[in-house]
Amino acid sequence: MINRTVVGAHYGLKDWIIQRATAVIMAVYSTLMLAVLLIVRPGTFEAWQGLFANGVIKFLTFLFFVSLFYHAWIGIRDIWMDYVKPTGLRLGLHVLTVTLLVGYTAWAAAILWRL
Amino acid sequence: MSKRTVQFSIYRYDPDKDDAPYMQEISVDLEPTDRKLLDALTKLKAKDDTIAYRRSCREGICGSDAMNINGKNGLACLTDIDELKQPIVLRPLPGLPVIRDVIVDMTQFFKQYHSIKPYLINNDPPPERERLQSPEDREELNGLYECILCACCSTACPSFWWNPDKFVGPAGLLAAYRFIADTRDQATNERLDNLEDPYRLFRCHTIMNCVDVCPKGLNPTKAIGKIKDMMLRRAI
Repeated sequence: MINRTVVGAHYGLKDWIIQRATAVIMAVYSTLMLAVLLIVRPGTFEAWQGLFANGVIKFLTFLFFVSLFYHAWIGIRDIWMDYVKPTGLRLGLHVLTVTLLVGYTAWAAAILWRL
Repeated sequence: MSKRTVQFSIYRYDPDKDDAPYMQEISVDLEPTDRKLLDALTKLKAKDDTIAYRRSCREGICGSDAMNINGKNGLACLTDIDELKQPIVLRPLPGLPVIRDVIVDMTQFFKQYHSIKPYLINNDPPPERERLQSPEDREELNGLYECILCACCSTACPSFWWNPDKFVGPAGLLAAYRFIADTRDQATNERLDNLEDPYRLFRCHTIMNCVDVCPKGLNPTKAIGKIKDMMLRRAI
């Protein structure tokens, strides 16, 4: 085991602040969406479809999902960093996590724009 | 306070003799003058002199007698014996290698402390008398300089348990902010650079175990928040 000198890797602040920013975006979206649903009260599939056909709702929903997946990336990566020590295994888990989250983002876009 | 008998369950491990650690049940008779846990430990040591623990000043200044008392880290000399549920369970500080009984090897803890350069860095020639601060600037150091490095906080922190070689830990970060906040120090940028790291600083997930256990009533979480705040302010 090499006794390296401990110095900063010079990153980490961005992830930390993005985790907070995405949390705010998700909180605002959830509140807004709850208000919209209470006002519109969509009862049928067509009503739901109409609601999400709105460009602003579509954009905000996509922004919500992007925030969710970015937020999840930082959180899940933190778990791997905390508990998984072998470098190879951890790198594999990082790649798997990123692949899944990027896939989910594309899937969310596909669903939103198919409606 | 009257004479009373107190029950203990103490973690015992002597690597030279024992295959594995075990808990020893033992009771001790206390005098009315015995008030703190350390008083009881002194009596206990007289009864069974194989029990090993560290102690020095017996008044919460040296930080030697930190241990896990009924599941919570604290200093034996500051803990009231009559407020503890019996049997009083004493274990070594969690997460550090055990040397013997409740004595732990603090090398890793002090390595992290040294990594933040816990001394004033100022390259100006020293003035004739002393480097002065305004009372407001001095105020910022309150709640930071009082740390006695007992390690109660860092050994209560899961992030320090999992990555003691990489995460500075609450005690080290509190000390780091003590010098970052010092207006006489000239290495603020280098100090922030040294801490800007997903492990060294950002392993703190703000669960505040450190604040909960600090026997001196300090708040490492607040200091860590201020370090992040300073990093953010210089970045945007």
